[in-house]
Amino acid sequence: MLYREAGDFKTSYQADSQTFPIAFDRWRYWAVLVIAFCVVPFFVNAYWANAILVPFLIYAIAAIGLNILTGYCGQVSLGTGGFMAVGAYACYKLMTSFPDVSIVIHIILAGGITAAVGAAFGLPSLRIKGFYLAVATLAAQFFLVWMFNKVSWFYNYSASGQINAPERFVAGIAVTGPNTAPWAQYMICLVFLTICALIARNLTRGTIGRSWMAIRDMDIAAEIIGVNPLKAKLTAFAVSSFFIGISGALFFAVYLGAVEVGEAFGIQKSFLVLFMIIIGGLGSLFGSFAGAAFLVLLPVALKVIGVDLLGWPTDLVAHLQLVIVGGLIMFFLIKEPHGLAQLWRVAKEKLRLWPFPY
Amino acid sequence: MDGVAPYVTADGRQIGGVLMDMRGITLRFGGVEAIKNISFDIREGEIRAIIGPNGAGKSSMLNVISGFYHPQDGEVWFRGEKRKPMKPYQVARLGIARTFQNIALFEGMSVLDNIMTGRLTHMKTGLLAQAIWKGRAEAEEVANREIVEKVIDFLEIQAIRKTPVGRLPYGLKKRVELARALAAEPKLLLLDEPMAGMNVEEKEDMSRFILDVNDEFGTTIALIEHDMGVVMDLSDRVVVMDYGRKIGDGTPDEVRNNQEVIDAYLGVAHE
Repeated sequence: MLYREAGDFKTSYQADSQTFPIAFDRWRYWAVLVIAFCVVPFFVNAYWANAILVPFLIYAIAAIGLNILTGYCGQVSLGTGGFMAVGAYACYKLMTSFPDVSIVIHIILAGGITAAVGAAFGLPSLRIKGFYLAVATLAAQFFLVWMFNKVSWFYNYSASGQINAPERFVAGIAVTGPNTAPWAQYMICLVFLTICALIARNLTRGTIGRSWMAIRDMDIAAEIIGVNPLKAKLTAFAVSSFFIGISGALFFAVYLGAVEVGEAFGIQKSFLVLFMIIIGGLGSLFGSFAGAAFLVLLPVALKVIGVDLLGWPTDLVAHLQLVIVGGLIMFFLIKEPHGLAQLWRVAKEKLRLWPFPY
Repeated sequence: MDGVAPYVTADGRQIGGVLMDMRGITLRFGGVEAIKNISFDIREGEIRAIIGPNGAGKSSMLNVISGFYHPQDGEVWFRGEKRKPMKPYQVARLGIARTFQNIALFEGMSVLDNIMTGRLTHMKTGLLAQAIWKGRAEAEEVANREIVEKVIDFLEIQAIRKTPVGRLPYGLKKRVELARALAAEPKLLLLDEPMAGMNVEEKEDMSRFILDVNDEFGTTIALIEHDMGVVMDLSDRVVVMDYGRKIGDGTPDEVRNNQEVIDAYLGVAHE
C-alpha cells in the first residue's frame, strides 16, 4: 500500500531521474544508511564482523567494480583477483614507505595505482571481445600473482613472502593491525563502500555510464553516435580497477592483516567476484550488493544449518557448499540471467499493484 | 556541379550551398569494386535520395560518409573542407548522424537513455565532475534532457519514454532510432532505409517526420530507400546507382525519365 508512485509528482528533470523515484524506496534507503552507520557499530562483535559484515562490505566494493566493467561495459574480466592483489601490495608498499601518511590516503592511492594497471591490461579489449578478452584478463591474473610472488621488492624481502599490515590509526583509532576493534574495521569498510557506491551510481547514470552501456549493447552504433571506444573501454577498466584496488587494499590491510598472494588473491577470487555479479545481477548496483551478500552469507548459513543444527561433518558441508554454489549459478544463468536484482525488480513491480493487481 | 546558386523550392524551403561533396569515390573490397569513381554533392537544406537495385553500393556509400569504410580513391569534402580519413566517432563529432538499415539501438537501455546517448557529442563534463554529480554534471544532464524532451515531443513518443527498447515493436524502434540521431542536432542526417519493413501507415508517419525534420530544423537529409513512391515524393534530388556506378543524378522527374535508370530497374531486352 505504501509502495506507490501515485500522487508523487515529479516537476523537474532532476526529480524525474533520481535514484529512487518512489518515496518509500527513499525512506528505506535512508533507514538502511542510518542503521548501518548509527546502530550496527554498537552491536557488532568479532564474529559478526569477521564472518559476515566486513567481508560483505569489501566484496561489495569489488563486485561494484567488476559490475562496472562486465555488467555496464560488457567486457568480461577474470583478472579481479590480480587487480585486488595490486591494490593490496600497492597499499602495503605505501604503508611501509610513508608511515606518516594517513591510511585512508594510502587506500585511495592504491585504488589509483590499480586503475592505472587495470587500464594497461584493458588495452587488449580494443582488439578482442568476449571469451578471448576473458582469456587475456586471465593472463593478467596469473601474471600479477606470479609477479608479486617472484619480485621480493613487493613484499619488502620478508623471509616468508607474506605481507603484514602494520598498525595504523584514523583519528586515533586503530583500523589495521592486531588491536583493531571489530566496529572500527566495520566502519572504515562501510565508509569506503558508501562512497564507492555513490560514485558508481553517479557515473553509471550519466554520460560515461551511457557510453559504457552503448558499447556493451552495440559497439558499432555506439561509435556512430560519437562514443570513442578506446576512451569508453579504458575508463571502464580504470574505474572498475579503482574500486577493485580499494577492495583489495581493505581486504589485506583491514580484514586479513597478513596476506600470501596466491592464497588470498588467486583465480578463485576472480571467479568468486564474477559469481557475485552473475548471481546478483549484471548491470545493476543493487545486484552487486545482493550477490556479495548472498555469497558471503551462503557458507555461513550452510555451516550453521549443516554443522551446528544437523551435526554433519565439516568437510561434507564444505563440499556441499561448492555443489550448491555451482547449481545456483546454472540455475540463474538459465532462469534469470539478470540475477537477484531482476527478481527484486519483478517483486517491486508486483508490489506496486498489490493488493489489487487488476 | 559547383557554383549552383542557393534557391528556394516550390514549397518554400531554402536550399543553400554545397554541404557535402563526394569527389571521385572508389571503394574496393579485394578485387570487388563496390563503388566506382562516383561524385555527387549534398546541398544544405535538401533531401537527397540515393537509390538503386540491391547490391548497387548505396549502403557502402553511406558507410564511406560515416567513416566505417575508407575509400581507396577520391575525396570527401564537408562544409568546404577536405576530410581526413576519420573514425566513425570523429565523423559524429563533425555533426553527421545516421540510422541503420537493421535497427541498431541499445536494447538494454530505456528509450530515454537511448536518445540521451545521441547528445553525447554535446556533453563535456569530465570523469571527476560526473563522479561528484551535484553541480556541473547534473546541470548538463538537465540541459540536455530538455533538448531530448523536445525531440521526444516532436516524434510523439512521450508514452514510451521509460520503456526498455527491447520491448518495443519494430515501427517504434525505427522512430526511436531517428530520435537518437535527431537528438545530436546533426548538420547532416543519413537515413539507411528508414521505411524498410513498415506498413503503409507507418511509412506515412515516417515520411511526415522526415519532411518535418527537414522543414522545422532545416536539417539536411540523405536517405536510401527502396520505396519509389516515397523517394519521388520526399526528395529534392536523387542519385541513382547500379553496380557501383552512378547512372543518374537529378530531380525526381529527371531521374524518372532517364533511360539508363529505367533499364537498370526494369532490365534491357537483349537482341
